[in-house]
Amino acid sequence: MPAINVSKATREQDHEQSRASTVFDLAEMPLRELNQALHNLTPGSNETAWEVLNPKGSHSVAVGVDQPITIDVRGSVGYYCGGMNDGSAITVHGSAGPGVGENMMSGSITVKGDASQYAGATGRGGLLVIEGNASSRCGISMKGIDIVVHGNIGHMSAFMAQSGNLVVLGDAGDALGDSIYEARLFVRGKVESLGADCIAKEMRPEHLELLQGLLDRAGATGVKAAEFKRYGSARTLYNFNIDNADAY
Amino acid sequence: MTYRNPPTTPRKSATFDDYTLSEIRRAAATGIYDIRGAGAKRKLPHFDDLLVLGASISRYPLEGYRERCDTSVVLGSRHAKKPIELKIPITIAGMSFGSLSGPAKEALGRGATLSGTSTTTGDGGMTEEERGHSKTLVYQYLPSRYGMNPRDLRRADAIEIVVGQGAKPGGGGMLLGQKISDRVAEMRTLPKGIDQRSASRHPDWTGPDDLEIKILELREITDWEKPIYVKVGGARPYYDTALAVKSGADVVVIDGMQGGTAATQEVFIENVGQPTLACIRPAVQALQDLGMHRKVQLIVSGGIRNGADVAKALALGVDAVSIGTAALVALGDNDPRWEADYNELGTTAGAYDDWHEGRDPAGITTQDPVLMKRVDPIAAGRRLANYLKVMTLEAQTIARACGKNSLHNLEPEDLVALTIEAAAMAGVPLAGTNWIPGKNGF
Repeated sequence: MPAINVSKATREQDHEQSRASTVFDLAEMPLRELNQALHNLTPGSNETAWEVLNPKGSHSVAVGVDQPITIDVRGSVGYYCGGMNDGSAITVHGSAGPGVGENMMSGSITVKGDASQYAGATGRGGLLVIEGNASSRCGISMKGIDIVVHGNIGHMSAFMAQSGNLVVLGDAGDALGDSIYEARLFVRGKVESLGADCIAKEMRPEHLELLQGLLDRAGATGVKAAEFKRYGSARTLYNFNIDNADAY
Repeated sequence: MTYRNPPTTPRKSATFDDYTLSEIRRAAATGIYDIRGAGAKRKLPHFDDLLVLGASISRYPLEGYRERCDTSVVLGSRHAKKPIELKIPITIAGMSFGSLSGPAKEALGRGATLSGTSTTTGDGGMTEEERGHSKTLVYQYLPSRYGMNPRDLRRADAIEIVVGQGAKPGGGGMLLGQKISDRVAEMRTLPKGIDQRSASRHPDWTGPDDLEIKILELREITDWEKPIYVKVGGARPYYDTALAVKSGADVVVIDGMQGGTAATQEVFIENVGQPTLACIRPAVQALQDLGMHRKVQLIVSGGIRNGADVAKALALGVDAVSIGTAALVALGDNDPRWEADYNELGTTAGAYDDWHEGRDPAGITTQDPVLMKRVDPIAAGRRLANYLKVMTLEAQTIARACGKNSLHNLEPEDLVALTIEAAAMAGVPLAGTNWIPGKNGF
């Protein structure tokens, strides 16, 4: 149990929840108490389902959570929702501001609406699903996270992406994968342009299998892996060579 | 017998001096800019250009070995639930594991802990060597976010958001392939052996309004326990300090251009940024204008070498200083005992700065398992502690001579400048005059 006084009500079967939820209303209680209550959870806690009401664009909703709980945020959030998430399953029933799921370690975040810039920035693990579109720099500096965007993504996405998988069912903006390291990019639609050292690559059976698994996990029903193209690093900029200086 | 005109002495150009000529030849041969470690090597106005006045009829001194002169400092008292208290106002600056060897990081932790001060991680994540041996550890939050994770964030004692550093304000990190060992590669999620260039800008925020939100996120993740520093290179110290305060920082760190780096272009190190001396008064002024001096603490680094530098920096209004290069020298960097090895690398002890190449004879800036054995972390840590002790005693000696029972009671009125430049930068009178260039109407 959280040590502090959390305004909570328990209600049965509401929305798609089937279990009793701990409800936290941000219109009544400050963000600090929400995050503190989430951080106070210990392994084995029976408060495994949380519902956050009235986020109204609040920043840093449910950041630094490290327990395998579900959190349903009923509305749109501001910056860094689910930042550094480590194990929880967060669903934003609205849109997300910049940096949703930044540096996620594990678990999942699903945004039912659109996401602003830097979605999944530097993420190390877990699955980030954007059911709408994502803005620029989606997956920037990603380090192992899987990101699936059902719509389109903006420019400079997967900039300096180090590891992990970015899947885009729609189109990608300018300079996709600029200065990419070992991350894999899968785009179904049009790519406006590729960034420095990013090239189209052969889709081998292991990639199709990986991609299909990601599509299934992200709820992209009826979408076939074979409809995508794969992009990744040409690895020509891995070691500095003066003859490549024009690439930067 | 033919008459020969008397010859003139061969004359070298001051503009095209030997170093410049060698650099032109090197550039022409290689087609790539020179990369090196350390900070600006050119002569710059510095603390040597200031003098401390000491006591006189109007100021009485404290007894050198009798009367107390406090050296402690509290950092992070503005917002953090757990501010940190250091016994001395000299901290160890951020230097990455990757750039430095594991034993070198351990030695820094041991030396700092013996001295009651903090170390700082750097652009490569937190190592067990450092966390295990640093009682007080500042965890850097950098653009690259290598190794960043919430567990380490929570076991840090403070968080330092790095916007820039003095050697390269506006430049990102660099770690060349020779130093990307298996362990470094794993910590940074990178392929082994590549030339790693870290980002110069944070991936998920730009500008002071975003920074405020980012600081809020880090505070929320760590339950408002940790002091949050914001570190900037010495570029626009007045506005950077003001904006860091506005963004909610507990501590502002300003690193002047003499501050070292593991690897950056020589042209960047020597030509971008401002000297440490020029950064202090504008930063202090910003804090004073906002009514935040001593509420938000100011740490300054870049070329701090001895207790006189510490005393002078504190007199100008900073709360603590930070050392990097000097700490490495205390561990054994550039030690003449390795002269033969330095010669083999085409350099000499005292000039070695190819820290990025990973062949450091002193075993500090390397990931070579044989070379790094040259650092005994216990002995090197002891040397660092000794050096910090000497710096502290020196600063206390000066403070007592000025009649101060705390290093933090030193004030600009205790200083004069030897040069017009230093007088203008430090905002203290030129020695023998009451003239502060830029003030007093002219």
